[in-house]
Amino acid sequence: MPNTLYDKLWNEHHIKTLDSGESLIYIDRQYLHEVTSPQAFEGLSKKGLLPWRLGANIATPDHNVPTERGDSFTVENISDDISKIQVVELDKNCNKFGIKQFDITSANQGIVHVIGPELGYTLPGMTIVCGDSHTSTHGAFGCLAMGIGTSEVEHVLATQTLKVSKLLNMKVIFEGTPQRGVSSKDIVLFLIGEIGTAGGNGHAIEFSGSYIESISMEARMTICNMAIEAGAKVGLIATDSTTIDYVKEHSPLSVDDLALAQKHWNNLFSDKEAIFDKEIVIDISQIKPQVTWGTSPEMVVDYDAGLPELSMQTEANKKNIELAKNYMGIKEGEKLTDLEFDRVFIGSCTNSRIEDLREAASVIKGRIVSEKITEAIVVPGSGMVKAQAEAEGLDKIFKDAGFIWRDPGCSMCLGMNPDQLKPYERCASTSNRNFEGRQGNLGRTHLMSPVMAAHTAINGVIGDLS
Amino acid sequence: MKVIGNELQIKGIVASIDRDNIDTDQIIPTEYLKSIKKFGFEDYLFDGWRYLDDGKLGISKNERKINHEFVLNQEPYTQANILLTRDNFGCGSSREHAVWALRDFGIRVVIASSFGDIFYNNCFKNGVLPVKLSKDQIEEIFKAEVGEMSVSLDSKKIEFNNTYQYEFEVEDNLLERIVLGLDDVDMTLKYKNDIKLFEELRKKEKPWIYADE
Repeated sequence: MPNTLYDKLWNEHHIKTLDSGESLIYIDRQYLHEVTSPQAFEGLSKKGLLPWRLGANIATPDHNVPTERGDSFTVENISDDISKIQVVELDKNCNKFGIKQFDITSANQGIVHVIGPELGYTLPGMTIVCGDSHTSTHGAFGCLAMGIGTSEVEHVLATQTLKVSKLLNMKVIFEGTPQRGVSSKDIVLFLIGEIGTAGGNGHAIEFSGSYIESISMEARMTICNMAIEAGAKVGLIATDSTTIDYVKEHSPLSVDDLALAQKHWNNLFSDKEAIFDKEIVIDISQIKPQVTWGTSPEMVVDYDAGLPELSMQTEANKKNIELAKNYMGIKEGEKLTDLEFDRVFIGSCTNSRIEDLREAASVIKGRIVSEKITEAIVVPGSGMVKAQAEAEGLDKIFKDAGFIWRDPGCSMCLGMNPDQLKPYERCASTSNRNFEGRQGNLGRTHLMSPVMAAHTAINGVIGDLS
Repeated sequence: MKVIGNELQIKGIVASIDRDNIDTDQIIPTEYLKSIKKFGFEDYLFDGWRYLDDGKLGISKNERKINHEFVLNQEPYTQANILLTRDNFGCGSSREHAVWALRDFGIRVVIASSFGDIFYNNCFKNGVLPVKLSKDQIEEIFKAEVGEMSVSLDSKKIEFNNTYQYEFEVEDNLLERIVLGLDDVDMTLKYKNDIKLFEELRKKEKPWIYADE
């Protein structure tokens, strides 16, 4: 029987079907960070258990860490006492159980979904979990990767398995060549606008088509990262030569192991005749840069288009749109190009990889951040990305333009560390969620690509893409 | 304890929030994820809507500026144990804290036309029952201005105003976990040998996954 990629990964990791009808599936890799792990470790200790397989786990602190650290910063230097407790707790738990951690002083510390692939811990065909919904990122490698709750983090630590029911299969086919200045972020935002934030609920989405085949691993990770914003906890892309080249460059595997593995990896695609429960084809050549206007990623339009008008809406829609416009401080009739921005954030597990920084820098080069912008920051996703960018001189381009060049972390993607919006500040952000208060209480977030964020930094407004 | 208390009937006050796509950042903002505990989140539920000021972990509701417009600050809804909302409730982040906050406030049942996948899963591990109804049924309940409701776990029915009765679907094994408060880790460890056998075979067939061990 022909299988989808998701079916293949599911079958390969399937241990047994339980009386309940659920399945027990084997987990190859678990990433841990400081926010969703302490209660899981506590649960493990209370039961008197040890991690089932130590080597499966990789930890790093990312959500709480300040991004202005400089040299010789240690956990003791975190000024928010409550944040510090959580980072200390991760240190303690990793030391106690013997889990490999890239701690706050490590040159390889970074956002968990950035360091996993670049350090070669994410390998094609793996099942990967993390107490973080953006774990879907790793699906770009042909992995079955998903975000889980803290109870499940404990379950995976204790049993190396997850108890789950099988998802449905959805296929999204992106065909065509993108217009100049349009990146993978625009493509995935467009998709979310089309199918909605619940469009992928209950499904694993496989992204395919000539566009996907043509893009880098970084761009593929951006797309799989945002699968969860379309409601799908699993996003997937078939393994091909782009994947394998990336893995060869980043993985510490021996030549023999790589050769053996590659035979298996070459089979990580959906069979031609495989049946999907849902299929969507999108011609991406018509897509313009996308920017969100509201408080859900599905509230997204072409950067220069008009916004939904209240008078044109059904009763049900009207309320959602009115609430969002009120929160975002957008008057009826206003467009995105009418809005003035206060802050710019380039970073997050969606867009903080080297390619993202290169694209933004290419716009910034030789220009100056607008006076209207009170703060523009670039937060590389990891120590490795930061070092690479500095070797290429990107940090200098950003700094010369008036950007602040930071240390790795989740930063302003979410209000858990010192990087936060003040009430009513409007931010051009390359992150993944424009939810109310996500970047700070009453802050206003507009999601966009690194290129659009760079233009917005230079102009203080959206519109000029020259 | 995760147990609801072996009750097969949940009766109580219904609070409603008429919005689609209520995400887990709305249910509990990131600030409160700094806690390393599994309990004590009741004062932070819907923090951005419930208060007029910006809160911090450890500051109780008595020290906050209450938003009296918000339903959970109005009587009798301060005692609500059933929440009625619209589409895609609990979308976004995987934070189990969202369910902990609902549970700690006293919410035992959430009724919506759909739920975020990860949130839905997290509910059953903490004794909160997510009930999926059709959009039309949800619309009817909003219109009926229901005050109290009764949710039967064994017959999978909700009843209110003496006239309305809806059946809902939920997998028996998930429901059982709520009623009995079963612990997944204990249950899975019964299959320890199956897992070990699987792992041994995998090590032989795919050694690169275990290369650094």
